[in-house]
Amino acid sequence: MSFRFLINRLFIFFLTILSAVSLNFIIMKITPQDPVAVLLGRMASRGSLVEGGEQLIKLYRAQFGLDDPLYLQYWNYISNLLLRGDLGYSLSYFPAKVESVILPAIPWTIGLFVAANLISFTIGNILGAIAVWPKVQKYIKYLIYFIMPLSAIPFYLMALLLLYLMAIKFHILPIGGTFRVGSVRGFDLDTMLQLLEHAALPLMSISIGLIGFWALSMRGIMAVLLGEDFLTYARAKGLRESRIFLRYGMRNALLPQVTALSIDLGLMISGQVLVETIFNYPGVGSVLFKALRTADYFVIQGVVLFIVVAVAFATLVIDIIYPLLDSRIRYKV
Amino acid sequence: MNNKLFWTSILVVLVFGTILFGQFFVDPAMSRILAADPNLPPSLDYPLGTQSEGRDVLVVLALGAPMSLLIGLIGGSVALLIGTVLGFVSGYLGGIVDAIIRTIVDVGLTIPAIAILILIAASFPSITIVMMGLVIAFTSWMQPTRVIRAQVLSLREREFVRLAKLSGASNFQIIFFELPPNLVPFLASCFVNAVSTAMLASIGLEVLGLGPQHTHTLGGLIYQGIYYNAMWRGLWWWWMPAIFILVIIFLVLFFLSLTLDEISNPRFKSIS
Repeated sequence: MSFRFLINRLFIFFLTILSAVSLNFIIMKITPQDPVAVLLGRMASRGSLVEGGEQLIKLYRAQFGLDDPLYLQYWNYISNLLLRGDLGYSLSYFPAKVESVILPAIPWTIGLFVAANLISFTIGNILGAIAVWPKVQKYIKYLIYFIMPLSAIPFYLMALLLLYLMAIKFHILPIGGTFRVGSVRGFDLDTMLQLLEHAALPLMSISIGLIGFWALSMRGIMAVLLGEDFLTYARAKGLRESRIFLRYGMRNALLPQVTALSIDLGLMISGQVLVETIFNYPGVGSVLFKALRTADYFVIQGVVLFIVVAVAFATLVIDIIYPLLDSRIRYKV
Repeated sequence: MNNKLFWTSILVVLVFGTILFGQFFVDPAMSRILAADPNLPPSLDYPLGTQSEGRDVLVVLALGAPMSLLIGLIGGSVALLIGTVLGFVSGYLGGIVDAIIRTIVDVGLTIPAIAILILIAASFPSITIVMMGLVIAFTSWMQPTRVIRAQVLSLREREFVRLAKLSGASNFQIIFFELPPNLVPFLASCFVNAVSTAMLASIGLEVLGLGPQHTHTLGGLIYQGIYYNAMWRGLWWWWMPAIFILVIIFLVLFFLSLTLDEISNPRFKSIS
């Protein structure tokens, strides 16, 4: 590990963003039709004519310079997106810009994501580690066989089952949204409880599967770690079992798990996007779902770019702070 | 033969056999619009009832489940094929080829597959099963490439490779004939994971309403159920059986992959 690693990592980050934007451009170009014209036509045929549709097409053609040669179009597209951060106009909320549709949803998505991952990372890893730790009661060990298969069930299927069971069949939790209708919001206990109550089902849908996922891989890592000499040494020193478990076992076994987190971030956020749509949770997933239903192409594109940038950035951050967690790795700056 | 592998194989054959051959025991005409009265609860005539367009849910399931499996198989095998070729070339040759392939894989892994899939599916007016499988393969070959490359790196240093080199085998021969047989259990486990990933992606797209329009699929059935508010109207037979089948498929693939992992990765034997 060295300074070169850092440069290399930043290079990958920018290459990722550039590739995603380029892919966007290519997909737009190889689509059989001009998405804007098609959409407006489809809307007109449904009778829901977009206000200022003509103006929109003109704006679009001007902004993307559709009569320019291809390389110039590509350059314009990239500079619009990356240098000016201009995502274009929303078709459903015209003349609102895409940013103004997506930005309010971002805190919800990040909040749900961080909460679900904190919960599942903690519980999953502890359960997985306990399952192979010697001198642990049998029934705890058998618990793992019920938890691990849960990792195979996609978040959105879990979400549908939980929604039906907890909200529709038995009215334990609300079916979706964020607050009770007509309630006053403020920084008080009631608001917090409402937030928690409404986030409970989306949180559970994501966490249950993730707990299984982390438990499964932690079990494998810990099983290998158990044969290591430093654990025998710690025992020989007469340390307390809880200390050996946390400081010697978990501390080392968690390192590969952090790497796994950086690799699987994309998969997790993809799953969450679908869960949000099911519970009508106001994150980017719901924005995406509405945009798909109204064929709001630029909003779809904006959400997709947000997801790519967010995942690339989070991966970059994890990779950079990783050496701080593992004292064996140091950057030579 | 491993005892666990034996029972898992039987499970796989039973479940996937039922899914594949179920379609020959139903009348496809009953999956059309208004083939029966709409919204009927399960009965002897319609074991899983009918949905709001008057389609027989059991028939739609029997026709749709093999399609969902097919997308998974197409997506999984194409992804594994690309991953195997690139992983072997990258791991064995090293140098500049390896650097290029590794960079592409690193970039590709960071871009969530569903993001690209949504863009593609939303940009094309209609999409077929095969197209969907190929598009999914295009977004999911990086993971197999990465793990296979890592295996080849460790395999490359073994005695038999040196022996093959000494006896004048070319790089091409070693990559495609000497190495693969040693990785069969590992590749099998990769394949199961790839199929599972592809199915996960395809069902995700279908649940968003971006699946194939002219074919029945399990995800499409769930999407319809959500779209027509089946859950709130108490029509559980419309969407729940599809979820049930999907959960079973994913569980079977999960156990299969665990079993194969144990075979290809002897250090896991100590756990069980």
